[in-house]
Formats: sequence, C-alpha cells, structure tokens
Amino acid sequence: MLRLERRPLPSARMRLLAPLIAALLMFVTGFAVFALLGKDPLAACAVFFVKPLTSLYGLGELLVKTAPLLLCAIGLAIGFRANVWNIGAEGQLTIGALAGTGVALAFGDTESHWILPAMLIAGVLGGMAWAAIPALLRTRFRTSEILTSLMLVYIAQMLLAYLVHGPWRDPDGFNFPQSRMFNDWELLPILVDGTRINLGIVFALLLAGLSWLFTDKTHAGYRLQVAGLAPAAAAYAGFSEKRNVWLALLISGATAGLAGIGEVAGPIGQLQTTVSPGYGFAAIIVAFVGRLNAFGIVLAALLMSLLYLGGEQAQIDLGLPSAITGLFQGLLLFYLLAMDAFVNYRLRRVVRAPAASGAAA
Amino acid sequence: MSGLHTLRRLTRLRSTLTAALFAGFSAFAYAAGAQAAEPLKVAFVYIGPVNDAGWNAAHEKGRMELQAALGDQVKTSYVENVSEGADAERVIRQLAADGNKLIFATSFGYMQAALKVARMFPKTVFMHATGYKTAKNLGVYEASTYEGAYLMGVLAGGMTKSNTLGYVASFPIPEVIRNVDAFTLGAQSVNPKIKTKVIWVNTWYDPGKERQAAETLIAQGADALCQNTDSPATAQVAEQKGVYACGWDSDMKKFAPKAQLAASVVDWGPFYIKTAKDVMAGTWKSGDTQWGVAEGMVKVESLLPTIPATTRKAFDAKEQALHDGSFQVFQGPIKDQSGAVKVTAGSALDETQLRSLNWYVDGVDGALPK
Repeated sequence: MLRLERRPLPSARMRLLAPLIAALLMFVTGFAVFALLGKDPLAACAVFFVKPLTSLYGLGELLVKTAPLLLCAIGLAIGFRANVWNIGAEGQLTIGALAGTGVALAFGDTESHWILPAMLIAGVLGGMAWAAIPALLRTRFRTSEILTSLMLVYIAQMLLAYLVHGPWRDPDGFNFPQSRMFNDWELLPILVDGTRINLGIVFALLLAGLSWLFTDKTHAGYRLQVAGLAPAAAAYAGFSEKRNVWLALLISGATAGLAGIGEVAGPIGQLQTTVSPGYGFAAIIVAFVGRLNAFGIVLAALLMSLLYLGGEQAQIDLGLPSAITGLFQGLLLFYLLAMDAFVNYRLRRVVRAPAASGAAA
Repeated sequence: MSGLHTLRRLTRLRSTLTAALFAGFSAFAYAAGAQAAEPLKVAFVYIGPVNDAGWNAAHEKGRMELQAALGDQVKTSYVENVSEGADAERVIRQLAADGNKLIFATSFGYMQAALKVARMFPKTVFMHATGYKTAKNLGVYEASTYEGAYLMGVLAGGMTKSNTLGYVASFPIPEVIRNVDAFTLGAQSVNPKIKTKVIWVNTWYDPGKERQAAETLIAQGADALCQNTDSPATAQVAEQKGVYACGWDSDMKKFAPKAQLAASVVDWGPFYIKTAKDVMAGTWKSGDTQWGVAEGMVKVESLLPTIPATTRKAFDAKEQALHDGSFQVFQGPIKDQSGAVKVTAGSALDETQLRSLNWYVDGVDGALPK
C-alpha cells in the first residue's frame, strides 16, 4: 500500500525536478493524445516540437515570442516571491504599449534618434503607473491586488479600444481601428537579417540577469524574499510591508510595460486593437514553471514560446485544432502542480506490521 | 525537400513561359496548370474558432465547399484562432513557405501582415478579406453584407408596431455603420416613421454584453432587433421577450424559432471556388472584389412563415431588384441625421465612399461614437 506522508523538510531536489518531470509527462501525454487522434505520434511530435525550429526564421520567431513572455514573467516572479500577486501584467503591458505609442504619435514624422528610447522609457513608465494603482489600493485600503490588478486589465483594454477607434486612429486608414504605421526610426532595429529578431529579446535576457542579481545579491531582494517565506519574521525584522508591495508591483509593471512597447515597436509596427494574445497571463505559468528563478524562467519562456509555434505548425501540417496549444500548456501546468505536492510530501510504501497480521491469524 | 525544389524550378520555368506567351499579364500569373498532377495548396487563416456559428464558421463552410467542388485538384488547410497582432505574419509566412499557392487571410487586422508576406513570396497569391490595401499578388474581397441588412430592414420595418427598431452593433467601423444605415434605409422603404436605436458593444463576440444590449433596446421600446455581432444572444433575448430578431451570418432559427424574421448569411464558397480556378488557370488578377445578393454571396433565407403578404411582397421586390442590379442600397436621395443630402437623387455611393462611410442616415437615433 502507498501512503502520502509529509516530509520533515521540503525537498530541494524535488523542487528542481518537478518542472522537468512535468515537462516529461506533458510530452508523454502529448504522445498518447497524438496517437489517439490517429496521427503517427513520432511524426506528430516532430512537427510540433522540432519543425518550428528547423529554419533560421523559425528560431527567430521563437525568440520574438519569448521576449514578451520572459519580460512579463521576470517581473511577476519577483513579486510572487514576496507574496505580492500581480495578476494584471496583461493590463500593464497594454498601457506600456499605449504610452510608448503616444510618444511616437506626438512626434509625428519628425526624425530623431531620441524618439525610440523615449518610447521605451514611456512604455516602462506606463506599465509602472498602471501597476501603481493596485499598489496604492493594497497599501492604503488593504484591497487584494489579485482582484484590482486583474480588473485593471479590462480597463486597459477598453482604453486601448477607445484610443485606436478614436483620437489615435490613422487619418488615412479609412476609419479602421489602428494607428498609423510606425516610421523606421520608431521601430526596434532588426538584429538578424531575414528574421524578426529585434532588441526586445536582448532587453529580456539582460533583465533576466539583473533580476538574478537583484534577488540573490541585494538587500532589497533579500527583504522581498523574507517577506514571502516568513511574513512574521519580516515584520519582526522591521522590513516594511508597504515598501515591498510597492517595489514588487512597480518592478513587474515596468517589465510588462517594456514588453508592451516592445511588441508595438517590434513585430506589430503600429497600435492595433490587439496588442498581445495573452502574454501577461501566460507569463504567470512561465514564472511558476521556471520556479520563480531567473534561469528557470528563461527556459520556461522558451518552452512556452515553442508550444505556441508548435500548435500553429500542428494545425498547418496535421489539421489539428488550435486547442492543441492550450492543451499542452494546460498539461504542463497541471503536472507541475501535481509534482509540487511531492516537494512537501513523499510516497511511502507501507508494509503491514507483523503484529497486526499475527492478531488476525 | 527536393520535390519542393523541383516544384519551385518548374514554377519558375513556367512563369517565364507564361510571361512570354501572355505579354501584358503580370508575371506572377504563373499558370499552375503545369502541375496538373500536383494539387493546388490553398490555406485559410481564421481570427476565431471554426465553430463560432458566425464569421469563421461561414469561411470554414466556404473552404469545405471549395474542397468538395474541386476534389483532387486542391488541398486545403486552415489555421484558427490566429491573433491579429504579431502572430499573423508568422502564420501567413509559414503557410507560404510550406508551399501553399493561394492563401486567404479572413480578418481585417491581417492587412499589414499579408502585405509584408506578399512581398516576400511574389509567386503566391494572397487574398485578404475586408481590407483595402492591394499589391500585385494581394487581392481584397468583401461581401456586401449591407444588402442583407437592407433586406432585414424591409422585414423589420414591415413588422414593427412601436416604429422603433434596435441594433446591437460591434465596432464603429465603416463596415458596421454601413449595415446600421442599410437596415434603417430598408425599414424606411416600407415604413417612413421608423427610428433605429443603436448600442455599440465594442466586441465581435461576447454573449453577455450582447444580451444586455438587446434587453436595453427592448426596454427602450424596440420591437424588432438586428445585430452585427457573432453570437445568437440578441435573437435569444428577442425570443424570450416576444419581439422580432434577425439571424446574422448564420441561420439562428434554432435559437429563436418564433422571433427570427429571416437570416442574412454569407456564402463564400462560390467565390473561393472561382478564385482557386483562376489561380490554377493562370488568369487570376489582383483587385478588389465585392460580391452581394446578385452574385449569390449574400443570401437572406429562412423567412418566418407568418410574415404578412404585403411585407413579403416588398421584400421580394427589393431582393429581385438587388439581384438584377436595378437597385442599389446607397442610391440617392439619402439624407444624414442633420438633414443634409449626402447622396443626391440619381447617384449612388461608389466603392471608395462605401468603404470609408462614417455617418448615420436620417432615422438613426443618437450620435456616432467618436
């Protein structure tokens, strides 16, 4: 008989292994799903996980899609470590895109090297401003940032809809809901010819490195960590909870805002009614699959990005529905949560005590 | 890989031949007839799920009609739920790189992406629905859904008792404003006293919001509703409250058996078949296609049997007139809300004016959101 029993100490090894086992189980289940759908599982897996990466363009797309996921997830992870639950990265991303676009449109067709940096800074500030609202509500009125940050996503999306349908609509665009196309000097430079790889991925990797330094090497990072692991100890040590909440939300708002302006000044090239297919929400999964650790998050973001590309390729080559992407993402999160149980618990084989069997006889 | 190579070489050779033979035709009209054995690969890109009972379902039905009609000559595939942001360009490019020679991008927001990829794949034909930018190998196409809206208006105008009609509208873009106007003009053609009240829900698909909007319109006295959104929610509310409704993009009779006056549906099939045949024959040319009732792309079907004979007659007459081209929805005289004449008697709006239309006709209540 098997019994689940509490470990005396959470297993550090299991903490590392859980995401790897979850990913493996996801592959195995995916294999079975492909077989059930009547596809050759090996060929299907090759289409899903390998084919998107067999061309330079495909590799580029992997990075293009990784950038916003990684940026959002890094910021969120810093908050999650401190028990600050920013669920609204999608909204902060949207406002970042709006703020940066506002700068571009304000300058009109004036060409200058300073416009792109100004747009990026505006994007960061926009994301921070949007994240400051839940921070203020939490520290002032003890309102749950989970609810407020989530609700602000929808407000941000309405604001985006208003601007692209109204004041920021392209005057030459027959009334359609989109801004004018950005000029060349308002776009992030392409790094590799023949792909869409732009500076966004460089920012994302740089910030992943900085976030590692921040959490592991600075006192502010340490304070956030303690607040998350042991709130009472943090309070006893005199760490200000308010300061932590502000710091966590502003950082995650900043990175999400940068992701937003990176999308419109990158692969999209204009402001449209849709800026992101839900990167801000997917980044929550990325942060957890990556164990809230900078290096883990980089790997998780790459995997998540591949799931998107693979889902598209499976539709094209295998005629599978687009739900296949959601299926794999769901499997990954599901197995991760299941595996996480084994960080604190372990399976023990229970052998019946001989005394008991003797009594029965 | 080598097969693809040969195909490409063949294509190139053939294109040179064609260009020589049909000087004057654009060079990319490469006549895929060369690969008689090889089916023409045709791909579709959808903004939503194929089973949405609305816009995407209609395109998917068109794809299946194409596959059924041309059988072995074509090989069709689709990608659904493709977001209009950064993803569209990758998906369209991937489809082109995988050897699809005809690609239909079926949402407005794919315009820039289609334009960019069309430049990279000059020998592939791209067709973009509801857009306005064309290129040598990028054509645009659209259904004159406003003709359907006009005919629904004729029915609604004939049936209303309160002389108040309601319209659940999505986004204030020309395509939708045009439908509100056409619906109102159609109703006025049988009942000059009617007013149309409009609620903008700023979404294509949100049953909750659509339901609320429909309830509000009924509370304001509307007793015949139409919608330019994708779910059957408006028709369902009408059924519950005992007023009339329209089916839009697909027949919604099963959701509103007593309320649905008729359904205005779009049949993309014939157009997809024609386009594929043109590409195979090498006669495809870029351009702007707008098909309506006359071409059988827009159809009003499933009319409620209880519609009285007078209204039915008015409907049949207008449908016939649209069919034979003796009548256009936006032919003068038409006044806007301020009473200013926008279209003079004897003239009609041309395609460019229709595509950028942004004013309400007289008879629509309220101001257009800016």
